[in-house]
Amino acid sequence: MGAIQPKVGEPVSDELALVASAKAGDVAAFEELVRRYDRNVFRIAQHITQNREDAEDVVQDAFIKAYSNLKQFQGQSKFYTWLVRIAVNEALMKLRRRRPERMVSLDEEVKTEDDSVPREVADWSPNPEQQYTQAELREILDKTIHGLPASFRTVFVLRDVEGLSTEETADALELSIPAVKSRLLRARLQLRERLNKYFQKPSREKDKTNGSQKPISGDGNQ
Amino acid sequence: MKCSEFLHELTDYLDGVIDAPTKSELEEHLAWCHNCYVVCDTTKKTIEIYRDSQLYELPEDLRTRLRSAIVTKCQSRKKSEPGTA
Repeated sequence: MGAIQPKVGEPVSDELALVASAKAGDVAAFEELVRRYDRNVFRIAQHITQNREDAEDVVQDAFIKAYSNLKQFQGQSKFYTWLVRIAVNEALMKLRRRRPERMVSLDEEVKTEDDSVPREVADWSPNPEQQYTQAELREILDKTIHGLPASFRTVFVLRDVEGLSTEETADALELSIPAVKSRLLRARLQLRERLNKYFQKPSREKDKTNGSQKPISGDGNQ
Repeated sequence: MKCSEFLHELTDYLDGVIDAPTKSELEEHLAWCHNCYVVCDTTKKTIEIYRDSQLYELPEDLRTRLRSAIVTKCQSRKKSEPGTA
């Protein structure tokens, strides 16, 4: 089984030139940067806020904040990573405003059961996503990721949906690399487990292929 | 290798950032442990399904509206602070 293939991003060779022009007051150059990253910022914002209107506000606020603070961008990270950091902070602020009763922080230690050990191991049908229409699939994925803690959703969307590296994610979220890795593992395993009910093989097929509902034991014995 | 040790390395294995000796230990475990094989395979599919989904796509009309609002605000900031961005 091979590694997952990363999403190939657009070339960014001219990006520093665009940033330099925008810093000098060229709004058209900044508009090009908006055009390049607005879809990513919207996706990230909606993953975090889980609310479309908030995500629209985050897109506007994050780009305007980035424009106003361009002088602070020193070019030590990619412009995109810097922009993501601003967008994540704006999105978390929206989330805190909407759910003041719940403390929302990327540093929070999320108390869950021992979620590093999958409870249910069920094999999926081949190409399970094809059992559903695009709209049904989007609804399933939306509902499934909705239940994850904000700190898991955020790491998952940056690493696995947007294709940032572990280092870039750590940089954008101001988390340590081990913290990013631990949240990513738990996010991936929890999403997998929650998707089981939609994607697992029908029970007759499961019997044939020795599919198991047993939890994985710690000693490696089946 | 125990299943719990396999799970501990799962993220690095799926991301392809693992040294060759650990990788072959993991693959040896996968060859006989059906449960870990299924967890690994379905976790990989989970990632691919989310990555390839068109979840939260920005519709083109909204995109145009947001961009124009952003540009207008940037222009007004530029006017209020001449010579600075």
